[in-house]
Amino acid sequence: MCRIGSIKSKRYIHPSMVLRLMRSQQKGHDNSGFAFIMQDLGGIFENYKELPILSMAVTDEGMKYAEDMLHKIGFVRVFQYNPEVYPDSSLKIETMPNYVFEVFQYPKNYKNASKEEKENLLLDTRLKLRSHLEQNEEGFVYSFYPDVISLKEIGDPNDIGTYFNLWSEEVNLRAKIITAQCRQNTNYDIVRYAAHPFFLQGYTTLTNGENTFYEKNKLMQQKLHRGYIGFESDSQCFLYTLHYVHKILKWPLKYYKHVLTPLPFEETEKRADKNVLQRIKSSLQNLEINGPNTTIGVLPDGTMFNVIDSKKLRPTVVCKDGDIVVMTSEVTGANEILPNRDISKDIYTNERELVVVDNDLNIQRIAQ
Amino acid sequence: MTTVNINSISKDDLPWIIEYASEKCQLCGRCVAACSFGAIKVDVQKRKKVQAISNEEGFQIDEDQKAIPVIRQVIDANNFCRGCGICTKVCPNNAINVTRNKTEIFGTRYRAKTAQSVKRGGRSNLHTEGRTLDKIKVGRISQMTDPSLDALRHTFDLRTNLGRVVSADNLDFDIVDGELQEKKNKNLPVNTSIYPIMFSDMSIGALSPRMWEAIAIATAYLNEVKHIPIRMSTGEGGIPDKLLRSKYLKYMILQIASGHFGWNRIINSMPYMQENPAGILIKIGQGAKPGDGGLLMAEKNVKLIQEIRGVPKADLLSPPNHQGLYSIEESVQKMFLSMNCAFRFKVPVAIKVAASSTSVSVYNNLLRDPYNIVGGFFIDGLQGGTGAAHEISLNHTGHPIVSKLRDCYLAAVHQGKQGQIPIFAGGGIGMNGNLAADTFKMICLGASGVFIGKLILQIAGCVGNDFGKCNGCNTGKCPVGITTQNPKLMQRLDVDRVAENIVNYICAADIELKKLLAPVGNSTLPIGRSDALVCVDKNVAERLNIQYAC
Repeated sequence: MCRIGSIKSKRYIHPSMVLRLMRSQQKGHDNSGFAFIMQDLGGIFENYKELPILSMAVTDEGMKYAEDMLHKIGFVRVFQYNPEVYPDSSLKIETMPNYVFEVFQYPKNYKNASKEEKENLLLDTRLKLRSHLEQNEEGFVYSFYPDVISLKEIGDPNDIGTYFNLWSEEVNLRAKIITAQCRQNTNYDIVRYAAHPFFLQGYTTLTNGENTFYEKNKLMQQKLHRGYIGFESDSQCFLYTLHYVHKILKWPLKYYKHVLTPLPFEETEKRADKNVLQRIKSSLQNLEINGPNTTIGVLPDGTMFNVIDSKKLRPTVVCKDGDIVVMTSEVTGANEILPNRDISKDIYTNERELVVVDNDLNIQRIAQ
Repeated sequence: MTTVNINSISKDDLPWIIEYASEKCQLCGRCVAACSFGAIKVDVQKRKKVQAISNEEGFQIDEDQKAIPVIRQVIDANNFCRGCGICTKVCPNNAINVTRNKTEIFGTRYRAKTAQSVKRGGRSNLHTEGRTLDKIKVGRISQMTDPSLDALRHTFDLRTNLGRVVSADNLDFDIVDGELQEKKNKNLPVNTSIYPIMFSDMSIGALSPRMWEAIAIATAYLNEVKHIPIRMSTGEGGIPDKLLRSKYLKYMILQIASGHFGWNRIINSMPYMQENPAGILIKIGQGAKPGDGGLLMAEKNVKLIQEIRGVPKADLLSPPNHQGLYSIEESVQKMFLSMNCAFRFKVPVAIKVAASSTSVSVYNNLLRDPYNIVGGFFIDGLQGGTGAAHEISLNHTGHPIVSKLRDCYLAAVHQGKQGQIPIFAGGGIGMNGNLAADTFKMICLGASGVFIGKLILQIAGCVGNDFGKCNGCNTGKCPVGITTQNPKLMQRLDVDRVAENIVNYICAADIELKKLLAPVGNSTLPIGRSDALVCVDKNVAERLNIQYAC
């Protein structure tokens, strides 16, 4: 089973912390990859908060195509970071030739563009780049958005950490929000895009379990937004639903829970807001999930949250110690990195609530 | 020399042959009294016994002649045995039985003699292909990562929509203090939450009042006591005044078909209605006899039926189409709009059509309905039943329901509008007795629900089957009181027992539905979740776009 975890901190932290969070949850042979997304960046990216960062893993040809394409559109590169790697034949990792994090200035004609126009440009550019790289097997583009970097790789999570020197707390990579997954791949047909966390326009989700309504979700989402593509993992559906509910429909976050796991009819009948809830249930019946899942999500403003399926088949624990909040699929991970916390205050999200952490690390439990 | 009249119908031309053992018969006469078709009669058989008795003079001939009362099969083009088997049921000595005549010549003889087409009730009696739904299995069983649920202890929410569903971006909610609220002046289409199985449209007239009443009682009981929100469609034949003005109207879907039978009374009752009906169903066609209107023979059009329908004593032949409707757009504009207006946009208005090669075009067009007033699309396949039809329609017209449902659902998916006009599928659902299995599979293929008719009659005690047995619903002589208006035959039907049996069957189906939801790990209806299914027939799998398994 995939292990997922996220850390939200008031100070900048290093990805080694999520590696430790994840490693302690490892069981048996479930080692097929490691992926993480860092948001609200410090370290070497701290001075580029407003500028989009392209995260990709590509061949030399892919690299050249990406640079030419972005140049043609009018993007100007202002900073590039290629993490130093430490190859060793004993490491279980399937590497790509180049790992790239590039910061770009927007094209000149976007100087006075709105946030939405810029977001659309970034999305369309990423989709176009992805499409080309995919067709020619030249690499993977994970995110192209301000203040976000992504890395996904196939192999043993420990070895991936060693390869990228993630175990040592060097100063380059720092962020206040890091979400991560250690993968167990059931199908042995490993696709990098299938690794969580998934990211779209400031929204991040990571999910474990199995989305048994994947087909329903996918068929619906494909027609809702051009950015809802891929579907290499059934868990991508959780991201697209979040994006649709919160960004496109502009509904408050708590309605995400009502879309994923609507209340049974008998329960909605007793509520003052029954008309709204029944409308949501009918109109978004194809975005409902039926478990077993837990989802951790991050909103563009840095809010972090957790919801689980309505049958409580995938637990998640939310732990806090001082400046750090951890959400993860198994408590052993939290014990590893927050050993001194008051465990009596740990929250195990229930099947009818949404647990939300704001930027002051206040934890709110919102009943459905 | 005329020894044989070969041009007359003879016993071995009849579809069913009576086998009678006079030595077992105690001459009670129950079989003759019970045979509603007049297919057997009491007769006298001449018996002659001749024997040689030896005596002193040699021998002598002893001749004994007797007249023995017997039961004899009537040989007639109208009063022929339908194989209902009621005679066998009532015989205390097992002295009479019926067997199917394999020669199948009767239809030919009947037409040659009467110059009439063969008419009957029931379903198609041709079995030219295996049943599609039985080739589909629920094959994606949750086991490890997605554990199965406990069918007995888990809570399931078995609800589906009836009524137009608008896309989420058209809900247009206001946000007030972080809460979504419906806009005050925004009139969203009515949408109701019901059970995914519906009692299909069988009219008073086609059914005896007692049978119709039993279904209505079962519907009310399932809702009020069992909390199973099932709905019943009235059929095109009106509805009793008392029910129209009762609180139970909320469980009834009023049907309007091309004959508009019963609508005078419905409209006159509107000021007195305590509740809105559950829906309005505009019937364009039905699967058993597509392209054909309703058919109620004068024999069944008794006084009560004449009153409810507002018609004189006559054969009631509904036209094959709604007069004055020339297009889908026009039907939306005229019938849907007028029905919506009549019930102040508070009652879902749906349409029922016979499955056809053109169903997808119709559905696609309805999905474009700009007024959001099309509340459901009912498709009826060729294995549906009927109270009366020409056999040629029953056996040779229509379209199988399964692929048609799938086509319509996928057409909606193509437009990103799946679920916006819920699809209800019927026509042979539960015909092998496994309603829950059929329902579950149809739901996975994209149906929001199913409707059943013939199965209810079988639950009630219908002795007919799809192999030519009985099928006499059109005659008004139903031997079990289900499709007759004859007061004596109606008495054979115990209303309360029938209602109880229907309730029991639906309760059982409810359990069985959960027994299919649980292993695939779902607690709500998996509408369109075709990945839960596998098919053992490659062609069917390919056609339905589901996984082939062998």
